[in-house]
Amino acid sequence: MQTQEIQKISSQVRRDILRMVHGCQSGHPGGSLGCTDLLVDLYFSTMNLKTDAAGKVVFDMDGTNEDLFFLSNGHISPLIYSVLARRGYFPTAELASFRKIDTRLQGHPTPHEYLEGIRIASGSLGQGLSVAIGAAQAKKLNGDKSTVFCLMGDGEQNEGQVWEAAMYAPHHKVDNLIAFIDENGQQIDGPTEKVMSNRDLEAKYKAFGWNVMRMDGNNAEDIQNTLNKAKAELGKGSPIMIIMKTEMGAGVDFMMYSHKWHGVAPNDQQLQDALAQLEETLGDY
Amino acid sequence: MALFTYETKKDTRSGFGAGMEYLSQHNPKVVALCADLIGSLKLEGFIKNSPERFFQTGIAEANMIGISAGLTLGGFIPFATTFANFGTGRVYDQIRQSVAYSGKNVKICCSHAGLTLGEDGATHQILEDIGLMKMLPGMVVINPCDYNQTKAATIAIADYEGPVYLRFGRPVVPVFTPEDQKFEIGKALHLVEGTDVTILATGHLVWEAIQAAEALLEKGIKAEVINIHTIKPLDVQAILASVKKTGCMVTAEEHQYNGGLGDSVAQYLAMNHPTPMEFVGVNDSFGESGKPAELMEKYGLNAEAIVAKAMKVMARK
Repeated sequence: MQTQEIQKISSQVRRDILRMVHGCQSGHPGGSLGCTDLLVDLYFSTMNLKTDAAGKVVFDMDGTNEDLFFLSNGHISPLIYSVLARRGYFPTAELASFRKIDTRLQGHPTPHEYLEGIRIASGSLGQGLSVAIGAAQAKKLNGDKSTVFCLMGDGEQNEGQVWEAAMYAPHHKVDNLIAFIDENGQQIDGPTEKVMSNRDLEAKYKAFGWNVMRMDGNNAEDIQNTLNKAKAELGKGSPIMIIMKTEMGAGVDFMMYSHKWHGVAPNDQQLQDALAQLEETLGDY
Repeated sequence: MALFTYETKKDTRSGFGAGMEYLSQHNPKVVALCADLIGSLKLEGFIKNSPERFFQTGIAEANMIGISAGLTLGGFIPFATTFANFGTGRVYDQIRQSVAYSGKNVKICCSHAGLTLGEDGATHQILEDIGLMKMLPGMVVINPCDYNQTKAATIAIADYEGPVYLRFGRPVVPVFTPEDQKFEIGKALHLVEGTDVTILATGHLVWEAIQAAEALLEKGIKAEVINIHTIKPLDVQAILASVKKTGCMVTAEEHQYNGGLGDSVAQYLAMNHPTPMEFVGVNDSFGESGKPAELMEKYGLNAEAIVAKAMKVMARK
């Protein structure tokens, strides 16, 4: 898919995120906006998804013979919900129920409510990479050649389990896995450098045996190029880690360059100001 | 007169190992994971038959639980194995989010549960694991009593769709249940019929309950002994039928009072058929180092303790 097409979808997804968080006055817009370009690329261009004869996506929990994505930093749930709905997994009208009573769109994603597209609960941080590794190993056992993707936050690297998984994947040659770290430099209590420095993530993952790449996570062209490069490295014995630099709040000028919008909902005026910066491309839900 | 006899003593964890060896040959979807304790979990047979279906995680239990959840995709049935303390308490949140809440078909199978781990002491013993696991919505909790029953339970849980906690131990204990038994999750087993007091026991305490029933019989007291191998879901019909007959109950388990078999039963009876109860278990204490039999005596987890509690509860009828 052309990057202009991806950018068009991303604009709509960003509108969805803002409206969802505004609608329930709760949620995490900053990181969601920051990771939008990656998830739109994955679901609309890079990943091979299961479809029916008419080209419509179909969902089953097993996910055999299709690429799988695991969101480890589950608080950016409005993003995954919007992308899944826009890709056709469930009606976009359902986005209006985000974080409201009786919804399938829980504050953090869960398969407990059976929402098409969600295969694991996340929110308690640090668990997604382990799950993705298990899913990748299941694919190998089944002779399934498709790829597993996983996104983590940079604050999430504080969790010890991440490093258990980091050690395990190269040891077991899990080379059908492409993981991402959203390096936006922010966590709840402030900049990661102040709260708990990750220092050199690239050197760390390399030392564990990962094939490490970097990209600009808010640049559609760089995302596509890097993912193509990463796909060419699959099956060569090492898992792949892509450290992607993003801006929290990307796409909305007053939400960028600060941690302020990590978990804060815009008021009516702020929503209007933000939406004015993002073209409605696919029709609001 | 002996109500039950046995020819050999074996450890329940070896029953687990035998069950896993059977599954390696009969269920190609079963995969096993272990956190650097292959010998303790008796997984050698499984690994010999199906090395490609075994995953060594190293000393990293949280990662093991996450990988197990991921392995369920593609139809696999992961058996995640380690000591009970590290396989439950250490990774409670991983089990909660990635397994139970996510509805994943993971079997958490743990050895060295309870006091009978012995000399290693309280850091490696656990007396809270039944409580931790039974509190998780949808989690099945099983604590079999001997080698044969553990083997049967291991094989049975592979055919059950959903998360299961299977708990077993290290010491050798009498093998008194049939070798060819079929294990039915949630179905209590009447071992001894009686009319004076009901003894509900689980795990290693089942044999002690049988010994207690023999001792009581010598006093002319007919105790009913029921093996509650499945703590959740609890066979409430069997329990209710028994207390309606006997009018009082003793529960016996190698676990804290809090959160164990006893409090599940007490909660059910309080709501449905209030019954005088006494509890054999550990009362708000950690364990300590010692030989298994010494510890069971010191903490009151043996036949003598069950007899004493039975006499006490019968007086309250």
